[in-house]
Order: sequence, then structure tokens, then C-alpha cells
Amino acid sequence: MPFISLRNITTPYCLKNVNLDIEEGELIVLLGFTGAGKSTLLNVIAGLTEYQGEVYFDQKNMNDIPVEKRDVGYLLQDVYLFPHYNVFNNVAFGLRATSCPADKITEKVEAILGLLNISHLKNRYPKDLSGGEKQRVGLARSLIMEPKILLLDEPLASLDPVTARNIRKEVKSLHRRLFLTTLYVTHDFNEARELADRIVVIIKGELKQLGSVQDIFYKPAKEIKELINII
Amino acid sequence: MKRAISKSSLLYPLPVCLFLALWEISGRIAHTPLFPPFSKVFMEFWVLLGSGILLKSLAASLTRVLIGYLLGSLAGLFAGILMGLNRVVERSLSPLISILFPIPTLGWLPLLMLWIGINEALPVALIFICAFFPVAYNTLTGIKGVKKEYINVARTLKASSWFILWHVIIPMALPNIFTGLRLEAGMVWRTVIAAEMFAISTGIGSLLINAETLIRVDIILVCLVLLSLMCSSFDRVFLWLEHKLTGAWR
Repeated sequence: MPFISLRNITTPYCLKNVNLDIEEGELIVLLGFTGAGKSTLLNVIAGLTEYQGEVYFDQKNMNDIPVEKRDVGYLLQDVYLFPHYNVFNNVAFGLRATSCPADKITEKVEAILGLLNISHLKNRYPKDLSGGEKQRVGLARSLIMEPKILLLDEPLASLDPVTARNIRKEVKSLHRRLFLTTLYVTHDFNEARELADRIVVIIKGELKQLGSVQDIFYKPAKEIKELINII
Repeated sequence: MKRAISKSSLLYPLPVCLFLALWEISGRIAHTPLFPPFSKVFMEFWVLLGSGILLKSLAASLTRVLIGYLLGSLAGLFAGILMGLNRVVERSLSPLISILFPIPTLGWLPLLMLWIGINEALPVALIFICAFFPVAYNTLTGIKGVKKEYINVARTLKASSWFILWHVIIPMALPNIFTGLRLEAGMVWRTVIAAEMFAISTGIGSLLINAETLIRVDIILVCLVLLSLMCSSFDRVFLWLEHKLTGAWR
């Protein structure tokens, strides 16, 4: 049974009748150019946008479940760390919002900062962090809530190639360790190849091909073949 | 280098000292009650302080300012938050605020004198109006400036609407809110003085108008210096508070 099922997902001006099944613990890369509808699909799964169709998590219909109760972690390209909180308080935000006891918060935050090797940044404010550090803090903030699903929307697009490669490795290793169902949006074919268990190619709001890295790159559908040739 | 810095810092009070010396000399040469020398004004300050008149007048004005400013700012903050969070409220109240905001605060004085009479409520009401509009407007601007992505991120972190309001929206709107508060920190003093000069028989404004009647320029100057100190103190208090609350992250 799929862990996430999307049925006939349609959104105004963007997605057209998207159907997709994702297994538990999979790392799915949503690949496509800007404006293809990849981020909108993440927003549908998170419950952050209006849509038609059905979203199921573990066979439960999520259509009427608000974002607060969907158990998703979300990391965007610009991270959106709260500027008025230091790293510790940014990461602790979700725990405080759910009235977690103070000693538990400290314990959990310290653990997740350690896991991502950013313990030394805990007193810094976002304005004093580099792009890569911000992404790591954002990842820690998403993971601390122990979400069932992790949504990553082009998290490395604005980073330099070396930092991006390092964080990509960390994402891959974290995914293996936590066995967390992850959807990763990118327009970078190499990034998709490096990370994905399976790749979903979206073109102009339509799901054009779903398959393993080998399928997508060695047996691509017609439209994708054209895209690969362009690159 | 160190010597140069200390030398130049010694020069900073020089213009003030020159100004006071010039004032003293001119006042003595002019020898008229319309232009008393600095020493006479300073002496009058001590006399007023000793007699308790100055502190009593200051306390009366300060109480009015604090009550009116506190109520006006809180109401402005509340209205700004309400408009910032609810588009229907914003669209309903915006035209009203656009019409009322540009009216100079003292323009309300005749109307308020007729509506609430000449009593303690008059300057408080004027200061309320003076503080309300800028704080409401700047709070609205600050709240609308918070990107919806921050709110979405907070929602994925299971934060309730109240939690988001207190821990994301209001803190991020603070710089704008402080702009509104500081904008009117000096203006409320001007307003209270005007109200006291025209309508109320206590406070610094009243002391000023009485001194004018008695041709006591020394008392007028004492009051003006005191007003300048109060205006700048208010501004500095908010500047300090703003720095305390937002300085670390801005």
C-alpha cells in the first residue's frame, strides 16, 4: 500500500490531473523547469493551497486535515528562518508551539543540532549565517517535529556547488538513517540523479514520467528526451 | 591616534559652551526682561524647582501624556493588528483612517472642547488621537510586510494562529510598530502643551501661557528647555526599547 497517494490533483492555472503513489521511506525527486508545478504539488501535499482531487496519507483522506495536523516538515529555498530568533529558538519553535516541556526542548534541540553538525551555531541569529548554515538550521527545524513526510522545495538552489554537494550528501545520509518519506523538488538533473530513489518529471502541470533514475535517463519519455537533449 | 581622539572629543561641548556664553553676554548687554541672560534663567529654574511649581506642572502634563499615549498606542496597536490580519476589517476601516489620519491633531481641539468640555479628559483625548493613527497605520504596514511563507512554515511546525500572532507576526512587525511609536513620541508633548495653553489651567503649557501674561521670559525659557528634554527623553526611551527588543536580530 502506498504511503502517499495523490488522486486527480488539479489546481487553478497549474496542476492537471496528477496521480502519484509514493511508498513509505522513499526519496522522490520532483523534476521539472521553473513554473512546471513542482512546488504547487508540495503545497498540495502540505495542505497549503486549494486543490481538487484527493490526497491520502497512509490510506487516510487528508483533504479536510489542515496543515498543522498533516505532520509534514517543509523546507523552502529561502528557508524563512524567523529573523528574531536565534538558531536554538528557531529549531525549538515547533516544540514550543506544541507546549513541549522546557527540558525536553533543550534535549531535543541539542540532539538535532548535533546530528546536523551545527551545535556551534545555536546562539547565532539568521542574519549571521551563511546560505549553507541556514539550510542546515531549516532542516533541523523541520526534522525536530519528527514529521511523517519531509518536503524539500529546491533547498540547495541558491547555494554554491561545493556547499550544495555537501548538504546533498547530508540529506541523502539523513534520509537513509531516518527512513523518512521525502519529496525533493529540483530543476537540476544531476541533483535528481544523485538523490532520487525514483524521479517524477512534471512538465507544464502534468506528470509526464515516473520511474527510477535509470528509467528517466536511459528510457525517457518523448518530452523528457527533448529536455535532456536541451541540457 | 588615542590623543587625537581625546582632543577632538574635547571639542564637542565647545559650541554649546560658546552658545551659552554668547547668550549670557547678550542678555547682560540687552538688560531687558524680554531677553534674560542664561544665569537668570538657570536661577529661575532652581526657584521653580524649589517652590514645587515646576514639578507639579510637569507631573500634570506627564500624567496626561502617559495616559493618552498609552491608551492611543494600545488602541492603535489593536486596530492595526485587526486590520493586518483581516482583509474585511482592513477594507472597511482603511477609508475611514485615510480620511481622519491627515487631520492635524489640534484641529480636533474645538470639536473636543464642545463634545467633552474643558476638563482632564480633553488633553488625554487629544493625545489619544495623536498616538492612535500613526501606531495603527505603522502596525498595519508591519503586519502586512510579514511574508506569508513565514506563516506557512510556522503552520507546518504545528503552531496555532495565536502562537503565530505572538511569536511570528508581532515580533516581525515590531520595527514598524516602533516607527509609529517614535513618530508620535515628540508630537504628543507638543499636543499636550497646546491643549494646556488653550484650555487647561494646569501643566507646563499653562505655566507657559501664564508666564507670557506676566512677561516672564525666564520662566518661558525654563519651560521650553524642559519640553525639549521631555521630547528627546521620550524618543530615547523608545529608541532604547526598540534596540533592546530588535537590536540583536536586525
